[in-house]
Amino acid sequence: MAAAAIRIDDLVFRWRPDAAPAVKLAKLTVDAGKSLFLHGPSGAGKSTLLNLLGGVLLPERGRIEVLGQVLGDLPAARRDAFRADHLGFVFQQFNLLPWLSALDNVLLPCRFSRRRAQRAGEPDAAARRLLAALDLDAAAHGAPAGELSVGQQQRVAAARALIGRPEIVIADEPTSALDAARQDAFIDLLLGEAKAAGSTVVFVSHDLRLAAHFDEKLALTVGADA
Amino acid sequence: MRALLRLALASAWNRRLGLGLTLLSVMLAATLLLSVERVRQAARASFAQSVSATDLVVGARSSPVQLVLHAVFHLGEPTGNLGWDSYRKIAADPAIAWSVPLSLGDSHRGYPVLGTTPDYFVHFRYGDRQPLSFASGAAFAGIFEAVLGAEVAARLGYRVGERITLSHGDGGLAGMEHEDKPFTVVGILAPTGTPVDRSVHVGLAAIEAIHLDWIGGAPVPGFSIGAEVVQKFDLTPKSITAFLVGLHRRGEVFAVQRRIGAFAGEPLTAVLPGVALDQLWQSVGFAERALQVLSWLVLAVGLAGLAATMLAGLDQRRRELAILRSLGAGRRHLLALLVLESGVVSLLGCLLGLAATTLLALFGAGRLAAFGLSALPLTVAAGEMQLLAAVLVCGLLVGLLPAWRAYRLSLADGLTPRC
Repeated sequence: MAAAAIRIDDLVFRWRPDAAPAVKLAKLTVDAGKSLFLHGPSGAGKSTLLNLLGGVLLPERGRIEVLGQVLGDLPAARRDAFRADHLGFVFQQFNLLPWLSALDNVLLPCRFSRRRAQRAGEPDAAARRLLAALDLDAAAHGAPAGELSVGQQQRVAAARALIGRPEIVIADEPTSALDAARQDAFIDLLLGEAKAAGSTVVFVSHDLRLAAHFDEKLALTVGADA
Repeated sequence: MRALLRLALASAWNRRLGLGLTLLSVMLAATLLLSVERVRQAARASFAQSVSATDLVVGARSSPVQLVLHAVFHLGEPTGNLGWDSYRKIAADPAIAWSVPLSLGDSHRGYPVLGTTPDYFVHFRYGDRQPLSFASGAAFAGIFEAVLGAEVAARLGYRVGERITLSHGDGGLAGMEHEDKPFTVVGILAPTGTPVDRSVHVGLAAIEAIHLDWIGGAPVPGFSIGAEVVQKFDLTPKSITAFLVGLHRRGEVFAVQRRIGAFAGEPLTAVLPGVALDQLWQSVGFAERALQVLSWLVLAVGLAGLAATMLAGLDQRRRELAILRSLGAGRRHLLALLVLESGVVSLLGCLLGLAATTLLALFGAGRLAAFGLSALPLTVAAGEMQLLAAVLVCGLLVGLLPAWRAYRLSLADGLTPRC
């Protein structure tokens, strides 16, 4: 049996002590190398859960174990470094620093994490290879990210999340700004590259149609145990 | 975090217009602050050095400040005269090495005329005990000869050999010209940066001669004594305005001051010029303080602009900060990032301000002279580094405001900005 990339037990998180729980999750396990489709309507705490997985927020109760490391056990600075070393993120939109070129955006994780840079081998070549694999023309590599189309930007963001083969790639509604035909193509490219890198994928979306692409599915409901 | 620094620079470059204008305002504020400080210190120094090596200034009984203002700066109300006999008696004091009588009251085209003796050019010292020197010509010897200060000659375009006439009083009243007795310019002094530059120097005998046919401050109608016959009269003055005293030994200054204060012939005042100059500076010092306060206010405006620019830019930067968070930047890094930005803008503002002040001193000196400032000194004034350090610290503190807001926003935003 493969080791768990992510293991969550009895998780509760509230924004304020008197508020209803923003996230409540009894149990979640994702095995290394698998892909998980996390489904939930808006307000179900999807984004909050991603912040918890990234170690940006800490749970009120319960434990989150990522790659065998209990995040709550690390001080804030170590959690930040851990995030840089082991996690890649793709967001809904506005993923990129618009004044940097597409290539420089992809290379950002290698600047923040020595481990990611080492695992990328030759970062520049790795970035170009990833961009090409994600169907971005070589001509667009040097263009400022702000001048790319939304679809191109999302593929650059995916390349950035994947560079240096992080153990976990977390995608938060990355396809909601794309049309239906491009959504499937994007997910196939993302999953294909993640598999090649050996990364575990956590994909969050409200769109159940996309669930078929993934190994496992989990529904997140407001205030209720999943 | 080197990566963060490089990104901060790239990000700042992306917002270069707003930051550039802010930098400009900080730079101008720093320039103003430094220039004011330099001019202030230079003015104070040149003021304090307008007379040196003179141990006492003696005049009729009056306030020390008024006496020095009139005798040294030729400004303010006359203090009343003292008798020539009194001067002769006091000058004979064995403790006194030299003395130079001064007689004021006339003017030439707005510049004060100083009646004195050729000893004035020997004993008068300014700055760091520097003697007067002649740019051209020599001291007066004959009765109707004049020596001009550097500014008088430069402004009025006079050279040695020029013939000028003096006016009675400040020259404000018509018909009060001593036009029947013209003077010949025989010497022009080198610039000193002191009131000497603005003075016309003539002999005491000349002052007597031009007033021979005057009574009670006005020409006597129908009565005139020609310039060619004045030699036949006794031109020893009856009274003078003040006199400068140099002692053999400085240590005796208070004893001599007391002796003069107790002089039996008439009530006199003897002042140590340094002490009176300090008092005088204190009384005009409010202007320099006002200038200082003003330049700090300008700096406050500049730094407030910096904070406003950064705060306004923060809403657009929330995404950028969230991306940096997802890449592994901690909240304290975001804090450092913004404080660094304001710090770098302040530092650049300081350096550019210093450069601008130097350029101003190099190329703007001529224009400044028009405002009565001899020059903006090129040398870095004492305390300037402390001023710049204060600007830098203020800049860093100003950066704390947007930094704190970014810190708060990043707590709420996490990796997903809500905007």
